[in-house]
Amino acid sequence: MADVALVPPVGAPRRREVISEGLFVRVVLIAIAVALLGIFLLLPLVSVFYEAFRTGFGPYWAALGEKDALAAIRLTLLVAAIAVPANLVFGVAAAWAIAKFDFKGKSFLITLIDLPFSVSPVTSGLIYVLLFGAQGFFGPWLQSQGIQIIFAVPGIVLATIFVTFPFVARELIPLMQEQGTTDEEAAISLGAGGWQTFFRVTLPNVKWALLYGVLLGNARAMGEFGAVAVVSGKIRGQTNTMPLHVEILYNEYMAVAAFAVASLLAMLALITLGLKTFLEWRFSGEIAAIRR
Amino acid sequence: MDAVTGNDLNIRAGLGSAHARIAAAEGLRPLAGTWGKQVDVTVENVARSFGDTAALHGVSLKIASGELVALLGPSGSGKTTLLRILGGLDFPSEGRVLFGAEDALGLSVQERNVGFVFQSYALFRHMTVHDNIAFGLSVRPAKRRPAKAAIKKRVDELLDLVQLTDLGKRYPAQLSGGQRQRVALARALAIEPRILLLDEPFGALDAKVRKDLRRWLREIHDRTGHTTVFVTHDQDEALELADRVAVLNKGRIEQIGTPDEIYDAPATPFVAGFIGETNALPVRVESGKIFLDDRALDLASTGEADGPRMLAFRPHDIEFTGEGAGGIAGLVVSELRHGATRRLAIEVGPQRHRIEIDVGAETAGQKGNRVVVLPRSWRLFSPDAFRG
Ligand SMILES: Nc1ncnc2c1ncn2[C@@H]1O[C@H](COP(=O)(O)OP(=O)(O)OP(=O)(O)O)[C@@H](O)[C@H]1O
Ligand SMILES: [Mg+2]
Repeated sequence: MADVALVPPVGAPRRREVISEGLFVRVVLIAIAVALLGIFLLLPLVSVFYEAFRTGFGPYWAALGEKDALAAIRLTLLVAAIAVPANLVFGVAAAWAIAKFDFKGKSFLITLIDLPFSVSPVTSGLIYVLLFGAQGFFGPWLQSQGIQIIFAVPGIVLATIFVTFPFVARELIPLMQEQGTTDEEAAISLGAGGWQTFFRVTLPNVKWALLYGVLLGNARAMGEFGAVAVVSGKIRGQTNTMPLHVEILYNEYMAVAAFAVASLLAMLALITLGLKTFLEWRFSGEIAAIRR
Repeated sequence: MDAVTGNDLNIRAGLGSAHARIAAAEGLRPLAGTWGKQVDVTVENVARSFGDTAALHGVSLKIASGELVALLGPSGSGKTTLLRILGGLDFPSEGRVLFGAEDALGLSVQERNVGFVFQSYALFRHMTVHDNIAFGLSVRPAKRRPAKAAIKKRVDELLDLVQLTDLGKRYPAQLSGGQRQRVALARALAIEPRILLLDEPFGALDAKVRKDLRRWLREIHDRTGHTTVFVTHDQDEALELADRVAVLNKGRIEQIGTPDEIYDAPATPFVAGFIGETNALPVRVESGKIFLDDRALDLASTGEADGPRMLAFRPHDIEFTGEGAGGIAGLVVSELRHGATRRLAIEVGPQRHRIEIDVGAETAGQKGNRVVVLPRSWRLFSPDAFRG
């Protein structure tokens, strides 16, 4: 009987899947999506590499091996190597305090953590100039101590830490809040101390979110332009990070060199994405198990 | 997959072999000498309030070493709060808690050495079942920590005890609810706790699994002899499982007693209404006699002051008497099959007070008949006792 019903009567309108759109609508929607992705994401990425290798591999390699370019790469790595671990610690501590404890001013703290996302990076940079610059609040005192922050590496590190602060905390807070405190209570009732509980229960429970936050934060730390541009002073070979170096080269019409350095940044983004995808794939079983 | 469901369903069938397994599990003892030293627990006038709301008002309770006590009460009555205070996860605003002669409130959670089984299990989801159970031993300071091999041995023994022998490598997400519950219990037992606290241990399970696990828990308790306090809002569970039941209501203990005492001699109207089913008839006491609508009942109430009362009795606790013998007379308005018995609803007197009685299932076709009954055991409470 069921078989009979499945054969559409001749001449009757064809049955359609209830939730699917018509063919035309589908084609148009997909075309728009592909076009947008292509124009705004894929094309720029391809053109970066195209411009970088336009005159061949030799000039590309020479541009990267140039003294100032190497200095910029080194500085960027150094800044990320300081800013990312610092924000890992700050972010975990902030998320832990917010999610696991009740205290006055909690919502204010949450707002504060979001501040770097809502403030323009240029403003963030200016704040540090106002605080630590020669005419700034702490400027005279710092000068008397012989400490240089603005137009030097410490300023760049500070600005980068500020800009990338929310990445780890924002990933962790909702997850930790959702998980509540019963796991921790179970751990201490089984005799675990505070640190044991933190490292063996709290942290493993959020490790994927943490890794994700660190990866994104790292990408941003290496790519940050606005805030760093204000505090760096752009001294070639000394306070130029990779993004700043790209801009300088580009303004000096050294397109190949500019795109060569830019291609490194693009590569970094691709590696970040690749790493994330790989980790998700490699540990998919465990992630699925933990998600329940 | 088969093993998973099989494990849940065959608990009762497996109890025979469980005896053998549990006996084998007593090989646990050499590891630490005993199952931890069991203590008696004293709760004295413990009060706890959260801001304006008082969750507990001066609760006192004494639990003997090795006893299994149920905290029974409706939602919001303060059961969890009391249990958390015993476990050191919460602190009373007033009162004392003693483990033996030791002031427990002066001890940290870790020092109390209490096995706590959470309502939501709170298994560590990133650890295997084995690592979950091993956790309490593996976080001990180095000089008290057993060797790796000894921990593994103990975990295996506990897995046997809770009948999850082959599931040590699974993650909690890969277990059924009943299995998770048993892992949580094994994890709490692993630390050789001085007392075992369980918060609605079977709350999230379906009726059949609950019943099986209940017997199984009793079995384990009898073998291991832990001083155990468990929270439940299921009266059957409390009465079936516990040595003694403490009935909580609105942050106060209404009655503490054996299941028999609680059921047969409820001390307060709340207990009478909350445990089992109770009929309540408005009556008057006048010079030692109980009157129902101007007719004296054949029940003696020595020492009761005159005035209105509620007569409370169980539906099954009645006998039929003859007309005019001072019984409660009424008309059967409905009859329902109620398990092994038949339940008759009776309307009594001009105000048609409704009572229910249980009779043998063979007594059918009573509807519309006039019957006269007398409660065999009964209590008098104040007239507004049953008004919510
Ligand atoms: N952390 C808290 N903050 C404020 N009020 C609380 C808190 N914990 C419990 N209470 C209140 O204390 C009272 C007792 O709560 P408790 O959790 O002990 O009840 P319970 O008997 O365990 O109920 P249930 O059967 O629903 O679990 C309730 O009125 C509850 O709202
Ligand atoms: Mg509760």
